[in-house]
Parts: sequence; C-alpha cells; structure tokens
Amino acid sequence: MAQSVLDALKAKFGDAIERTESSHGDETAVVKAAKLVEIATFLRDDPKLAFDAPVFCTAIDLVHWQPVGPVLPGARPAYDGVSPRFEVCYQLRSTTFKRRIRLKIFVTEAKPTVASLTPLWPGFNWQERETFDMYGIRFEGHPDLRRIYLYEEFIGYPLRKDYPKEKRQPLVRRTDLVGDH
Amino acid sequence: MADLKTLVLGRKDAADLDREQELPHELMTVNMGPSHPAMHGTVRIVLTVDGERIVAGDVQPGYLHRCFEKEAEYATYTQIFPYTDRLNYVSPMINNVGYAMAVEKLLGLTGKIPRRAEYIRVIVSEISRITDHLTCVGASAMELGAFTPFLYLLKAREWLYTLLEEISGARLTHSYVRVGGVSKDIPDGWIPKLTARFVEIRHALVECEAMLNGNKIFRDRMAGVGVLSKADAIRWGQTGPIARACGLDYDVRKDHPYSIYPELEFDVPVGTTGDCFDRYLVRIEEIKQSLRLVEQCLAEVERGGADGPIMTDDPWVALPPKTDAYNTIESMIRHFKHIVDGIRVPAGEAYTFVEGGNGELGFFIVGDGTGRPYKCYCRSPSFVHLSTASTIMHGHLIADIVPIFGMINMIGGECDK
Repeated sequence: MAQSVLDALKAKFGDAIERTESSHGDETAVVKAAKLVEIATFLRDDPKLAFDAPVFCTAIDLVHWQPVGPVLPGARPAYDGVSPRFEVCYQLRSTTFKRRIRLKIFVTEAKPTVASLTPLWPGFNWQERETFDMYGIRFEGHPDLRRIYLYEEFIGYPLRKDYPKEKRQPLVRRTDLVGDH
Repeated sequence: MADLKTLVLGRKDAADLDREQELPHELMTVNMGPSHPAMHGTVRIVLTVDGERIVAGDVQPGYLHRCFEKEAEYATYTQIFPYTDRLNYVSPMINNVGYAMAVEKLLGLTGKIPRRAEYIRVIVSEISRITDHLTCVGASAMELGAFTPFLYLLKAREWLYTLLEEISGARLTHSYVRVGGVSKDIPDGWIPKLTARFVEIRHALVECEAMLNGNKIFRDRMAGVGVLSKADAIRWGQTGPIARACGLDYDVRKDHPYSIYPELEFDVPVGTTGDCFDRYLVRIEEIKQSLRLVEQCLAEVERGGADGPIMTDDPWVALPPKTDAYNTIESMIRHFKHIVDGIRVPAGEAYTFVEGGNGELGFFIVGDGTGRPYKCYCRSPSFVHLSTASTIMHGHLIADIVPIFGMINMIGGECDK
C-alpha cells in the first residue's frame, strides 16, 4: 500500500535507510539515527507523502529476542548480545493519502539516545515520555522529558526485559526496604 | 444616600480601581485531583492560575497504571482478553475486538473469520460505542449540574449492559471475543429484547437532547470552550469524536475499513468549531449512527444471511468442542496445549487499529513464535487526547476544566494502561 513511500525514501536518502520491510500490510523503514529528524521532516513536508499525523511511539527491547518456529524472510534474527539492544518505533499517518509508515531506529544500551520528534509533531510529546518512562530511551530535544506513569523516585525501567515482573518499589518509605533496590 | 457602586467598591466606578495597587495578582499553584470528582480519581493537574484564569496546567496521569504491557508479556494470547477489558472499561467489547484482530493479523487470519462472528463482533462493538458515548455525555452533563440526563442516559446504558451480560456472562468485563471468532453465540430471544430497548434508547436521547441542546447553562459552559483547531488536531494525533468535532473527517471504520463495515451504511458526523459543544453533538450523532449499524446487522442475522459457525475451524487457533475435549484423547491434548502453551503465533510484528469509543485504538504486537507476545503495546486514544489537555485549557477558567475534561472523555484504565 505504502510501498511507493518506501521507494521514495530510498531514492531520496539512499544509505540512511538501512532496511525496509513490508509485512502484514505494515510498511517499515529502519533509518539511521543521525538522519531521523531529516527523514521525518521530509515525510511530513513533502506534498506527495504528507505524513501529517503522529500515531504512536514505542520501543522494543530485544535482549531476550529468541524467535522460535518458522521465521519469515527478512525478520530480525535472534539477539546476539552485540547488536543494538533497543528498537524505537514511530508510526506516522497521512490524513490525505490514508496510509501509514513505521520508522525504526536502533539504539544501544550504552547510549539509549535518539532525536525527539516532538518538535515536529507535538502529539509525540507524551508518547516519548512514556517510552522514556518504560524503556529509558532518552529523546534529545524533547521539551519536557519526565516520567509520566511512574513517580520520579522510581528506579529502573519496567518494560525492559531484565526488569523482573514481580519486583516491587513501594513509594512509601519503609525502613526495612531502604537500600534494597 | 450613596449610590450602590460607592457602597460596594468604595469608589465611584470600577474603572477607577488601580488594579496594580489594590489587587495583587501573583501566580498561584493549585492542585486539582487526583481526588477530585471531575478528575475521575486518576489524574492530577498542577495548575498555575492567575486569579481564576489558567496560565499553565501540568496534567499528570498514571494513578491507575496497572502494567498492562508487562502483564501481557507473561500471559498467553488468550489470557490477555481480560486485561483488555480493563483498558477502556466503558466499552470493553471494542478492546476485545481490536486485540483479537491484532492477533489474527499476525496469524494471517484477517478476513477469514466466519461471517457470523464478524456480525456479532460489529453488533457488540457498536453497542459498546453507545454505552461509551452515553456515559461520556451523561457524566459531563451531570458535572455541569444537569442531573436528569445523567439518570436517563445511565439507565439506557444499564439496559445495554444487561443485554451484553446476557450474551457474554459478565456485566462489565465481558472477555467475550476470542482469537478467531467469539466465545458464545447470540442467545435465544436476545434480538427482540435489544430491538425493544433501542426504541426506549431513542426516546431517552430525544429527551436528553431536548434538555441539553437549547439549554442556556449547558451551551454557555460548552460552546467556545476548549477549542482545538483542525490543524492542531492533526499535529497532536487526535482521533475519534475529538478530531471529528474539529472538522477532521477521520473514522477508522470508513478510512481503513475492517470487518464487515464496508457493507454497512452509516454516516460520520463532523463538527465545525472543535469546541466542547461540537464534541457533545458528534457523540450524540454517533450514538444514532451506531443504533443504525446494529439494526442493519440484526436484520441480516434475522434474515439468515449471517448463519454459520462463530469460531474459525483452524485447529491451531480454536479450542476443540467441549464434547470432544472430554471424550477423545487428541482433543484433550489439543485443549491442554491451547490452555497451557497458548496459541502459537508466528514471529513477526503488526499494528492493528480499530475505531474505539474514543478514537483510534491500536495494538502493536510483536510475536516471537511462542504462545505469549514478546511485546503487546496498546495505542490508547485517551492517552493521546489527554496530552492536549494542558494546551486546550490554557487561558480558560478553572471551572472550564470540568467540561473540557469531560469531553476529552479520559478513561483512566485506557489512559494509564
């Protein structure tokens, strides 16, 4: 559906588009982090593309990614411990052409930083805060990067795969829990 | 005798007042919520006010965060249905359907669901949309002082909840839909009961519109309050009734049709001003359109055009019939594998979205080939809508937060996930 968008991106940005894929009717472009804002601005402002509306922003923690069963061609391989740990996903929508595209950026655990798209679409403001809150991805240029669901004192990022599901962090200070994070 | 103005103001005229000297106007910080009746108990707004006027508002959600995504990563695909009920608990059926469609997309079952199941899904989804809008309109009217519409509309909602209870077994948290179909068929005698209730609901709507549409207090509180322009609505990613009230003609059911919506007739109401009153009007009209949609589906079901199974026959997805599970070893093993291991969804990722009560409700699921999702993200419309609240309320009075917040229709469970 939006294959033409992927072709236009590849024609315009070449190497900055690391990979494109179409699966289940969703079009995805994996882009270089350094070129994200430039590509996003192009997607928004080019009249033939006109991706004017944000849909969602989230991240995928790949650290436990070990797919089983048949793997589709082009699907991401099992996590090897070396490649970047996080995938940040942005989904955009064009109200004019009624199509969507997903942008993906790989970021490492050591430097989980990606440029913020909030200056382009204010709708990403809270979504990026949520991603920061849950995965610890830092969005450079975000006007107000605070935790959104959890409290300031919370330690760790709960949707990272290595955060134990049963771990509790009561906000009420209890002497028997102090120091036990 | 001194005239009234001198008595009250101590001066001849209010214009004489030297405001700088006599009325200090430092900015003040006021906490609104989370324990505030209009904040649904789940949102806190730190307001900076200049007198009664809002200079800045920091909206802080999260008081109802129950780790939907984290829980979902540890549950089988079928076990997630009860969690989706608790996202938007005013229209749980739409969450059920949206989530089921997301898993079906990964399984490659989109468009292969039995027609009867699709019809039932649309019927229950539209009933849920009605309950969602009834709650929103009724509660907002009550918060503005109109108590009668609240009672009328909530009574209508209760009729629908009772009927949904008959079909699903639970009044509020239905968990009715399954991957590949629905769990139960329509019970006998259900359709005539529903049709009879629709007559009464239409009557209740007429009465409420008579009470609200021309009501001076209601209009003064709603019209011109919380205006969002069409361009802003797009940039902020608004969907659903809020976007449509701004004049943005976007409805997932029309723009990205799914299920059997392309075969049904309905109109998408679009507003012009983008204020709270238009949001109210759009919601009222959507209730009527949903009634229309359900009636078309019911007619088709009664005509026999939607006969057949309610569940796909794919043995990898559907549970075996109970009689088989109890009587044959193969079916019992299959039942066991389904319950313990879950439905094996091939590795891959997909984003699926439906028109929820509040707007685009999407599920972004990453499957790794096991019976549990690697990631199950919910794009909740309430969260996206609430993010605009601090911009919308800027420059309004504190009292205006109540209609603005009411018409954003923030559902705590969905917003906080």
